[in-house]
Amino acid sequence: MSSLSVREKLAILSDAAKYDASCASSGSAKRDSLKSGGIGSTEGMGICHSYAPDGRCISLLKILLTNFCIYDCSYCINRSSSNVRRARFGIDEVVKLTMDFYRRNYIEGLFLSSGVIRSPDETMGEMVEVARRLRLEEKFGGYIHLKTIPEASAALIEKAGLYADRLSINVELPTDEGVKKLAPEKRPETIRLSMAGLRRKIEEKAEPTLRTKKRERFAPGGQSTQMIIGADKTSDDGILRSSARLYGSYHLRRVYYSAFSPIPDSSSSLPLQKPPLMREHRLYQADWLMRFYGFSQPEILAGSNDGMLDLAIDPKLAWALRNRGRFPVDINRADREALLRVPGLGTKVVAKILETRRHRRLRLEDVGRLCHSIAKLRPFIVAEGWSPGALTDKAGLRGKIVQSCEQLALF
Amino acid sequence: MRAAELDLARYTVWLESETDFAGWRDAARRLALNEIPPGDIGWQIATDACPPQNALPNVPEGAQLVVPREFIGRAETAFCHSDPGRFAFLYRVLWRLRTEPKLLSIASDVDTKRLETMEKAVRRDSHKMHAFVRFRKIGNGEDERYVAWFEPDHFIVERNADFFVRRFTGMRWTILTPHASADWDGERLAIGPGATKADAPAEDDTEALWRTYFENIFNPARLKVKAMQKEMPKKYWRNLPEASLIPELIAGADKAAIAMIAKMPTTPPPHHAKVQARHWPKKPPAEAPDDDASSISELREAAKGCRRCPLWRDATQTVFGEGPDDARVIFVGEQPGDQEDIAGKPFVGPAGKVFDAILDDAGVDRQKVYVTNAVKHFKFEPRGKRRIHSKPNAGEVQACRWWIDREFALIKPDLAVALGATAALSLLGKAIAVTKMRGQVVEREDGLRVFITIHPSFILRIQEPAEKEAERERFLKDMRQVKRLMAA
Repeated sequence: MSSLSVREKLAILSDAAKYDASCASSGSAKRDSLKSGGIGSTEGMGICHSYAPDGRCISLLKILLTNFCIYDCSYCINRSSSNVRRARFGIDEVVKLTMDFYRRNYIEGLFLSSGVIRSPDETMGEMVEVARRLRLEEKFGGYIHLKTIPEASAALIEKAGLYADRLSINVELPTDEGVKKLAPEKRPETIRLSMAGLRRKIEEKAEPTLRTKKRERFAPGGQSTQMIIGADKTSDDGILRSSARLYGSYHLRRVYYSAFSPIPDSSSSLPLQKPPLMREHRLYQADWLMRFYGFSQPEILAGSNDGMLDLAIDPKLAWALRNRGRFPVDINRADREALLRVPGLGTKVVAKILETRRHRRLRLEDVGRLCHSIAKLRPFIVAEGWSPGALTDKAGLRGKIVQSCEQLALF
Repeated sequence: MRAAELDLARYTVWLESETDFAGWRDAARRLALNEIPPGDIGWQIATDACPPQNALPNVPEGAQLVVPREFIGRAETAFCHSDPGRFAFLYRVLWRLRTEPKLLSIASDVDTKRLETMEKAVRRDSHKMHAFVRFRKIGNGEDERYVAWFEPDHFIVERNADFFVRRFTGMRWTILTPHASADWDGERLAIGPGATKADAPAEDDTEALWRTYFENIFNPARLKVKAMQKEMPKKYWRNLPEASLIPELIAGADKAAIAMIAKMPTTPPPHHAKVQARHWPKKPPAEAPDDDASSISELREAAKGCRRCPLWRDATQTVFGEGPDDARVIFVGEQPGDQEDIAGKPFVGPAGKVFDAILDDAGVDRQKVYVTNAVKHFKFEPRGKRRIHSKPNAGEVQACRWWIDREFALIKPDLAVALGATAALSLLGKAIAVTKMRGQVVEREDGLRVFITIHPSFILRIQEPAEKEAERERFLKDMRQVKRLMAA
């Protein structure tokens, strides 16, 4: 065990961490090192310092403290019944790696997770100690994301929130039944209670204290979670239902969807196939509709046959095609809510339309200049000098749009 | 082409450097206030061979040029763009702004669109600089320094230096680029001339670790080369120590992914059985059935896993009743709300606070009463970050009577207070009109007296202050009556 070099450990413990989707370094409070004379800053917007060939952003040093684990979750490469190579970092090794990488501008900070060894408190305690040393001994001002172990004590969680920008607890799977089946030792009840506890703490610390009138620091980047999709049979509608519940109940900043990826030495209870990446992408789009476009969860898939998102077209276009009675929308008159529901119009474009039309009436080509592609948009809007006529209700509309979008993509 | 233009131009402006925004601004102000149209101006960068030789008209006495505030900031950003036509273009925008003050709000205008495109390009380049600068360490101890070589598309070093100061305050560093360099000695920032790649260190031992990380964080089953290249275009690769790994990672990905899938499940390692035995001992079969509870605390434990209706699915937890198990009165509400669901205690949210205050006014000791809900899980519809309360249906109320009945059987109170219609339905087994029966005591077949009143959340929902106060008074009167009934 002790014969492993830092490089070997890094290889094992980053390989073990790569199935966690989140790498976000955004959403925290602004902070720099001018006063402390230390190293590190967060400026609101996260920075992706590199991209792996899987197209995913590398923003944080994402590693496990150890991949030894007492849990036996069948979808996880680190489950106790797996024959994967095991390693364990020392606290000082993680601190040094983080600082060495950060000083060279490889990363925005650290995302530390861990297998659970011996007891939840012991593992959580070591993770908190890494964060404490970074903040207090290294004067580190970069981003820290700690994965929280649901069963860890309240005192440790409090400390974790003091040093970390973001805390997260994985719900693992969209339904409790899924968790019970694939992660028999995990308790969905405890996971919910932990998320509720984090929400309470975040709300409590957001209030100025009575004595100092200052806000105490507690996870300024909020909490997030991740669920694995495609490992059980939950439909997209069911997944989105879980997300809506999680956003509403625990005020999460993000729900991450991780397409189930085959893992070496896999358990036989799982599908052996490539991860459903397009499905994952459509889920993120639908998640955006709930958070930024004013859609309620049930309406996203209302009227669909199987509760699954259309893989060929984006969920807003699919919704519009099922709800053609609400179109065309007049670009020059419709309110923000109605504009946000037009396929192809994003929040920024809608803001520009609202601003521009105060000064002049928009024609179709004006709208074309504001957004990426007019092909998707044309059947759904009325503009100065443009009316889609019968186009909106045409039978072959879906196919036509799909075709024109594909042509554009080829170009 | 430039030369021909210059000949025709009536005025030539000589800027001190590619990033001489102050010089551009001064010249543009003079020219615009003298009504010099864009076509009459040529823009040039001074060189050593050709120093600035501006002969520009003075600003007429008392003349002022007013532009929208946002223009200055946006022009300053676009000014960093490498497009040699930017000086003339920005002057044209300024020229148009004199007569079209709203121009910048018209996003569909060709010039506004071009300005935005230039700004975007500069911002993106800046963002990529924040991301892709790679420092290499030289020296140790007192001599420790970090030096980077970077090739931006636009003239952004000056603009971005502060970012690196804020981030790497406690470090001595230098960023070299072809156009300019920035140097921080721990106290002072200096902008210097451009450099070449050979001026930067050629290696750093930590890069081996970084490459190890890059290789291992990559999941070959998720290959998406286009997505990677969109965000990390090849032009940046030559200065990224990890990028030389990319071709072989891509080439090997399919094989690696197939190997991952093909690697069949194996026999668990020996430590697995030990871990299972120590941490997850097999539980004794069938726990005690939940109707055996002989105390409120046992009942509360049993209710934690309640699956008698589907409401547990969306709620956080069972919110059981609270109070002494020999209480003489039980208050029954409708269901827990958002706050109660999170805290796991009844009557702690806004309605609970109103309830507490009025109980206190009526002289009822909250510590001596038992409070609970007709339905023990929160029923809601999510709306963004809020949860909208939904009324439990008769089936859910019926399912939860299993718990209410046992709470009453164990506590055996003299009096029950039904707060609202759902509580009345639960306690009396039939729907009643609360507003009509308010203030009355109904005696159940088993002898329990049930006092009927509204739910305190009703007071919260009234907008009009006088009405709200009147309703509060009525509820207070009800609570005083409850106090008398308790004594009786």
